[in-house]
Amino acid sequence: MRAGRGPARGGDRAGNRGGSWRGLALQALLLAGLAALAYGAWANAADKLARQGIVAGFGFLERAAGFDLSQSLIPYAAATASYGRACLAGLLNTLLVSGLGIVLASAIGFGLGIARFSPNLILRGIARAYVELFRNVPLLLQLLVWYVAVRVALPEPRDPAAWRDAVFLTQRGLFLPRPDFSDWNALVPGAFGLGLLATLGLARASRRRAARTGRGLPLLGPGLALCLGLPALAWIGLALAGRPVPVAVPLRGPFDIEGGLALQPEFTALLAGLSTYTAAFIAEIVRAGIASVPRGQVEAATALGLSRAKALRLVVLPQALRVILPPLTSQYLTLTKNSSLAVLIGYPDLVHVMMGTVLNQTNQAVEAVTITMAVYLAISLATAAAMNRYNARVVAVGRR
Amino acid sequence: MRPDPDAATPAGGARAARGLAAALLAALLLAALLAAAFPATPARAEGLLGEIRARGHLTCGSSPGVAGFGVPDSKGEWRGLDIDFCRALAAAIFDDPGKVRFVPLAAPARFTALQSGEIDVLARNTTWTLARDTSAKLNFPAINFYDGQGFLVRKDRGIAHVEGLDRATICLQQGTTTELNLADWFRTRGLTYKVVAFATAEETGRAYDSGRCDAYSTDKSSLYGERLKMAEPEAHAVLPETISKEPFSPVVRQGDDQWRDIVAWTHYAMLDAEEAGIGQENVEAMRRDALSPDVRRILGLEGKYGEALGLTNDWAYRIIRHVGNYGEAYARNLGDGTPLKIPRGLNALWNKGGLQYGPPIR
Repeated sequence: MRAGRGPARGGDRAGNRGGSWRGLALQALLLAGLAALAYGAWANAADKLARQGIVAGFGFLERAAGFDLSQSLIPYAAATASYGRACLAGLLNTLLVSGLGIVLASAIGFGLGIARFSPNLILRGIARAYVELFRNVPLLLQLLVWYVAVRVALPEPRDPAAWRDAVFLTQRGLFLPRPDFSDWNALVPGAFGLGLLATLGLARASRRRAARTGRGLPLLGPGLALCLGLPALAWIGLALAGRPVPVAVPLRGPFDIEGGLALQPEFTALLAGLSTYTAAFIAEIVRAGIASVPRGQVEAATALGLSRAKALRLVVLPQALRVILPPLTSQYLTLTKNSSLAVLIGYPDLVHVMMGTVLNQTNQAVEAVTITMAVYLAISLATAAAMNRYNARVVAVGRR
Repeated sequence: MRPDPDAATPAGGARAARGLAAALLAALLLAALLAAAFPATPARAEGLLGEIRARGHLTCGSSPGVAGFGVPDSKGEWRGLDIDFCRALAAAIFDDPGKVRFVPLAAPARFTALQSGEIDVLARNTTWTLARDTSAKLNFPAINFYDGQGFLVRKDRGIAHVEGLDRATICLQQGTTTELNLADWFRTRGLTYKVVAFATAEETGRAYDSGRCDAYSTDKSSLYGERLKMAEPEAHAVLPETISKEPFSPVVRQGDDQWRDIVAWTHYAMLDAEEAGIGQENVEAMRRDALSPDVRRILGLEGKYGEALGLTNDWAYRIIRHVGNYGEAYARNLGDGTPLKIPRGLNALWNKGGLQYGPPIR
């Protein structure tokens, strides 16, 4: 691709045509060399695999897996599941912990980053101490602290901490009541989605109005009413219609609390570890972003009579975002990749399932590694693409 | 702006870039040539035995730490039944049990290490299954330990049998036959369980000991060792049932029958020596004045059995002198004199009620 631009550039300077052809030839040779190297590597791998009698290919994904997973977002049973399904379950676990981790880390990180500019000395100190502590201790160690030390401090399964016999907390996890949202009951989450959409529409209308008249619409109250009220209405409506939403309440079993929604310690520890660790880095990025906004902007905002909070929200943060977003994207990618440390604490994420169990049960090392790498690459590229789009919008708004 | 006058002009910059590209190209071509000239695996004329001899030592894949089978002691010396097996191989080849390098391998890495040629033999309580035997062109020459899957539980939970673990949480090591057996066993009995799988035995044991699970399941032989690692070993017990067959065998790559024979017969020589009553203590005396033809054949005084294997005729004598017979290796690593105290059980000789049966050396 580059080579194509060579002659055009050479054309600007008369008499340099020969040189550019030589350059073109050199680059073609370089490309050929690279291709030869890639082919050599591929042929070598194929030859070695054949010699070791490993049947290459992804056919193994259809074979019965025969092992159980401690957590799966999709129905998964050792008796019927294939290796492909195990892989998918692992991938979903990775996405779950990374997605929630990104949200939590951003919330904590932005809070801390803004707190670094608080007039309150104690708040500033706490934010600073947090960053120094969490940023400078290896993540692996932090995960172990969350998984081992914090877990052991919780009550034993035989003597759980309980709230109204509906919520239980033990060393084996946090157990919550789980409403069943299948078939008609899906109306409830549907109503929530509707409420969310309506709130977003309201926010848009408010922005448009603010641009026209300088005064927006009230958002918090109506938004909450829409997001919570609509599902509540659906819930009550279903109950009145004679089909109340069944709620599975956790119960005491012979060994553990059983039933309901179980947040297992592996998941919780990984989520807590990833989000608190990454939050420290995000806090620094946010601090740098805010610090990059010229002081005059804040002073001007104050002179206009904006409150501190409004100045931050309307003047400082939009400008800071331009500095914050690119390194923030890197943090999101890092968090996703760090989630593979799940292996250490037994959370069945993609690497745990593929590189640990599937690879060893099937001996398809090349395929397992390829799948795992490709999936991480895809997740990372998708995250980066989404963030870049958002970044482009922020930058464009700034330039207008 | 820049001090370099050549690079200051655009033409100079282009020239520098071309020079760089040429250098890069030359390096790439060289790399490609080298890759073509030296295939990753050199062609084997003499087989693995010749390679090992030329290298001067045996490379043995061992367990990263299973008490009694392969674990470094306080001085950093590897100890265990599988370790002794590799030392016996080294003794048979080099007359020196020290000429062996151990590569500790976690369960998920072991077969890849063998397939890629990183190790010559894998001696690491590995269960022989049909899938492993066929899917990856591996061979399991001889069963050197008969084991089965068991459960470690806390005594104070009052669980006497495996059936009592219905609805329990069980910790285990991933990528093992353990997790497959467990799923089958509970399913066929209509019982349920929750599983938490970890990558290594250490993490599994730590999680169980800290109360994450009600039971720790793995091969029984390992459970005895794992029990000793708990904060209070006395508070834990191994359940009586065995829910699977776990025949452990050293593993070699397919395609080298000579090496496979050497690995198999090293184990058989240790069994035959025990059966014939030849041990480390009396091997010199036996070699001097044994009359029994069995003993004379084992010790290489009659026949050319060692040479038939590609070794020297005193190969078994070397093994016994340096490492001892199977019973001695067992007693040293797993027997009553050790903290593990694993009964011989299935691993007694065939004429003592066990399954260990060495084909005759003749």
